[in-house]
Amino acid sequence: MTVPPPTLVPTPPQTIGPYFGHALPFAGGTDIAPDGHPDTVTVHGHLYDGEGDPVPDGLLEIWQPAPDGTRTGAPGSRRREPAAGHNGFTGFGRVATDARGRWTVRTLPPGGIGYLSLCLFVRGLPGHLRTRLYLPPAQEDSTTDPLLSALPPDRRRTLIAVPTGPHSCRFDIHLQGPEETVFLDFDHGFDHP
Amino acid sequence: MTESAIGASSPGVAARLPRRPLVGVRDPEAAELWGPVFGDQDVGALDADLTQRYPGRPHGECIAVTGRITDRQGAPVRRQLVEIWQANASGRYAHQADRGPGPLDPHFTGVGRCLTDDQGQYRFITVKPGAYPWHTDFNAWRPAHIHFSLFGTAFTQRTVTQMYFPGDPLLAHDPFFQAVTDARARARLVATYDHELSVPGRALGYRWDIVLDGPAATPRETDA
Repeated sequence: MTVPPPTLVPTPPQTIGPYFGHALPFAGGTDIAPDGHPDTVTVHGHLYDGEGDPVPDGLLEIWQPAPDGTRTGAPGSRRREPAAGHNGFTGFGRVATDARGRWTVRTLPPGGIGYLSLCLFVRGLPGHLRTRLYLPPAQEDSTTDPLLSALPPDRRRTLIAVPTGPHSCRFDIHLQGPEETVFLDFDHGFDHP
Repeated sequence: MTESAIGASSPGVAARLPRRPLVGVRDPEAAELWGPVFGDQDVGALDADLTQRYPGRPHGECIAVTGRITDRQGAPVRRQLVEIWQANASGRYAHQADRGPGPLDPHFTGVGRCLTDDQGQYRFITVKPGAYPWHTDFNAWRPAHIHFSLFGTAFTQRTVTQMYFPGDPLLAHDPFFQAVTDARARARLVATYDHELSVPGRALGYRWDIVLDGPAATPRETDA
């Protein structure tokens, strides 16, 4: 793959601020899985700061391949219309944390990989944070997945959701502190994990 | 004012900043090299005109904001979602958490969205947002700004940023704007007045082009 060298200075991110709540969340944003799909997995968690306090003004976005491994997504990512010709799965979700820092989405397991891609926006942070949520069981991925295998076990653990039922799992995100979640950079080379 | 001032006056921010270095990913199979797709059903016909939502017109100076969204090679970001939100002309957000001194405007919510066209162009009609105080202890004022939420052709390019207005004296005092230390990057955040974009008798024209960072799955032809 030959990629021409970057030439333009990118537009830098700026903080999302406190007032996105009436602009960005949308109806159905937490339901990535088509209604009533038997393979639906409920993924839930908390967002915590370094003091262990819940973060009530965060926005989490999820992107993932379809169950068949398709990565091209589908139009309707913020207003799905199964009647418009696709299967109702766009691979995109968006959820704001509630007053107790909690969030929940319902989705279908992605095909071909074991993770959901996350982009996190939080009041006060100068820009977004990127991470991944590996669905359980992720043990086999920890040797074959390039990211998990590059991380020491205590850091790897922060990216793997914990089962809470046959069709549900929990993924807590820690912005800071001893359990700080691994956050990712796609723009540059490998740093030291 | 410094970043520590942001922390001192924005509750809890210091405890929100990750301390560990980011972990780089250079996996050519990473799912983040693809991204969500939007279509006509994702935006309403009037979503790009923030002045037409109510029976009456909003207060303030009507503006047209347009620009082109590209990647770092200059290739247009086609048919992608652009979302904006902003304060009204008095510097007040139609958000229950904003207890600022400016009055609400019954004819303005300050939320808009559109899709870019095949050349990567977006366009909004809105009113120029007002500046507003955000912390009296620091005599701190936000310059007029519009929040932009942007999708690229890959999820790596997903970003949220703010557009500022040219010649605003508050930019020199704004810790959020000044937190961008590279002058060329900071300049990217400021729109330019473009007389050709003004709508006679209706709206003043501003141009704000956007360059998204981050790799994508497949190289695309650079727009000539």
